[in-house]
Amino acid sequence: MTVTNGKLTLSGALALACALGSSLAALADPPGDPKAVTEEKGMWKDMNGDPTYKVDTDGTVDWFTYSGFRRYHSECHVCHGPDGEGSSYAPALANSLKTVGYAEFYGIVAGGRKNLGAGQEKVMPAFGDNKNVTCYLNDMYVYLRARSNDAVPRGRPLKHAEKPAAYAEAEDKCMAGG
Amino acid sequence: MRRYLLATCIGATALFATGYASANDDLTSRIADPSQWVTPGRDFANTRFSQLKQINVDNVHKLAPAWTFSTGVLRGHEGAPLVVGDVMYVHAPFPNTVFALDLNNDGKILWKFEPKQDPNVIPVMCCDTVNRGLAFGDGKIFLHQSDTTLVALDAKDGKVVWSIKDGDPSKGETGTDAPLVVKDKVLIGVSGGEFGVRGWVSAYNIKDGKLAWRGYSEGPDSDLIVDPEKTTSLGKPIGKDSSLKSWEGDQWKIGGGTTWGWHSYDPQTNLIYYGSGNPSTWNPKQRPGDNKWSMTIWARDLDTGMTKWVYQMTPHDEWDFDGVNEMVLTDQKIDGKDRKLLTHFDRNGFGYTLDRVTGELLVAQKFDPAVNWATGVNMDKSSPDFGRPIRVKAMSTEANGEDVNTQGVCPAALGTKDEQPAAYSPETELFYVPTNHVCMDYEPFKVSYTAGQPYVGATLSMFPPQGEKNMGNMIAWDGKTGKIAWSDPELFSVWSGALATAGGVVFYGTLEGYLKAVDAKTGKELYKFKTPSGIIGNVMTYEHGGRQYVAILSGVGGWAGIGLAAGLLAPQQAQAWHNAVTGKENMPEKNKIVGTAGLGAVGGYAGLAEYTSLGGTLTVFALPQD
Repeated sequence: MTVTNGKLTLSGALALACALGSSLAALADPPGDPKAVTEEKGMWKDMNGDPTYKVDTDGTVDWFTYSGFRRYHSECHVCHGPDGEGSSYAPALANSLKTVGYAEFYGIVAGGRKNLGAGQEKVMPAFGDNKNVTCYLNDMYVYLRARSNDAVPRGRPLKHAEKPAAYAEAEDKCMAGG
Repeated sequence: MRRYLLATCIGATALFATGYASANDDLTSRIADPSQWVTPGRDFANTRFSQLKQINVDNVHKLAPAWTFSTGVLRGHEGAPLVVGDVMYVHAPFPNTVFALDLNNDGKILWKFEPKQDPNVIPVMCCDTVNRGLAFGDGKIFLHQSDTTLVALDAKDGKVVWSIKDGDPSKGETGTDAPLVVKDKVLIGVSGGEFGVRGWVSAYNIKDGKLAWRGYSEGPDSDLIVDPEKTTSLGKPIGKDSSLKSWEGDQWKIGGGTTWGWHSYDPQTNLIYYGSGNPSTWNPKQRPGDNKWSMTIWARDLDTGMTKWVYQMTPHDEWDFDGVNEMVLTDQKIDGKDRKLLTHFDRNGFGYTLDRVTGELLVAQKFDPAVNWATGVNMDKSSPDFGRPIRVKAMSTEANGEDVNTQGVCPAALGTKDEQPAAYSPETELFYVPTNHVCMDYEPFKVSYTAGQPYVGATLSMFPPQGEKNMGNMIAWDGKTGKIAWSDPELFSVWSGALATAGGVVFYGTLEGYLKAVDAKTGKELYKFKTPSGIIGNVMTYEHGGRQYVAILSGVGGWAGIGLAAGLLAPQQAQAWHNAVTGKENMPEKNKIVGTAGLGAVGGYAGLAEYTSLGGTLTVFALPQD
């Protein structure tokens, strides 16, 4: 795993998710105050150092929120529905992200999740080796966090910040990497 | 009397013929008996037309539920049960349970089959764990499982006669389609166009499950099973390497063209017909060329798989307009001449009528006036673009390019119609077509391929056509002229296969859960009943003990359950965004418009979740007995 972020590595998150299993939701830290306090290479972070969104009063969203909107609607929405609103068989992530924190989000997306109840088996695959997902995990998290707090409404953000140069460089490296 | 004669016929056939021929004759004679429903499309021509007329335009308003049955599964229920003799066979989505119900004993369960499948197949099924039904032949029930296992069950006791694996779910290859049994073969396709799966159709021998042939949608001529000189497209030989030349490098290997729709068959020409789906990825910029033979109508010889003709409807797809929808085979007069026709309602919004023997294109017209990505199909036989859609540049996601949001494309990727099959009545000579009335924004971007992972490469959002609130229409279509005869608006997409009967009635289900009956001539609603869950299944009919029954599977889900469960984005919502950005008003609140729409002027945009909930129930209707 080469994907890293400011706080923990993907493999670390995976280990955490595996160790705690299905009781994770009850134990994990909720996302906390989403207020953006620092900016690092175009990514906004909250007081805990977790990625977060920034929406200006004129509706302009940060690059990660916008990019997350696009990547979510390519990789996630075929199960989780448009705008994180859920489908007939997968949860509405705009709700889930109210209680699912950054580390747990990482763990679930990378490692997958199963809920094999009678009549409605729910299985989320592991996306850990899918670059279309792993290279954009922060983007998706930021977008869904914004949706969970009603910071952005349904639909496409009409105005967004430019793609930061450092982001473009990291993106190319991640997509090209083995 | 009819049943007695039929039994005699079958007995005689069994005496004088052996093996494959008797299997075919048995199936053919059962199809000829309107009291049974033994093949998914009612007949090999996929007309979904029944000669039964005890229930008719005059009395259908008295219809009432006679009995119901729960499958115990809560995912989307597509397809319809079969009725073979005195037994009904009901299927379910993953885990693909099969029930044999005794019609002589109030639907008592004669046997139940539940395959053991690795649940890891679930997330590689794009758009829900649906299954479109069973096939019958040679005393066996055929099930195509999610994990691509094709299993033959003894129709009497449900025991496995043989079982084979057709594909590899770890590469995203899955099974959703209903098999078709014809003569000594059973045909199945493959799903997985959103996972870069290269599509194929397999023909297995019904006796022992041995592969007879497999024809791919893309690749070298030997994989396609074509003769470069004899296989034609629009009357001309396709030539050598027709598919390879239409792709860059090895892209055809992950090029899509999956085959998850319905199959039909013409005994006179011995040809089977089906369509291939979208090229992978959804980002057209990443796959230059016509991407043959995705988005194509196929005519193959049943015995050998050899392709007689192909017709690619949407070369170089830019919108995910899969070509898999059913081919309905009819014999009708055009310009005073008897023609053997094939009619197909494509996702791309055009209704096509072709000569099914030669593949000659006769009619191509929009079956929803909202369709705006093309102005029409080039019908000039002398033009090099003959048969190709005439595209509108503003709607071209290829022309607009990667990372550009192409807005207001109609239809949406759902298509003007998806897999939900149409019906055809030879009495009215009209097709009854369940349709979607939804548009979209579509933004392609670059993606990388990982085996078994989604390979999509586009973001899209869907909404009803501007100024309209209905997201579906049930229409009647004249395939000879390419004109809509009548159109009934529906709040949601009509995602249920239609049934037409000699009683002059057309039946279909709605996503809210209504079973509806309308007059085949006018579309006038004659009856409706709200079943326990939204309907994406197909209506069927049968007769038992002198009484006609109409049956439908409820169980909301499928693609409709994804796109519509949360409600589509209202154009007003987009406007609110726009106003906020231009400083006219504050940012809109989450779901402000969608959530409070109620049943007013914007009621059509409300979420399906406000109308129905999950379920998996068969409801069987009949006229009340005095």
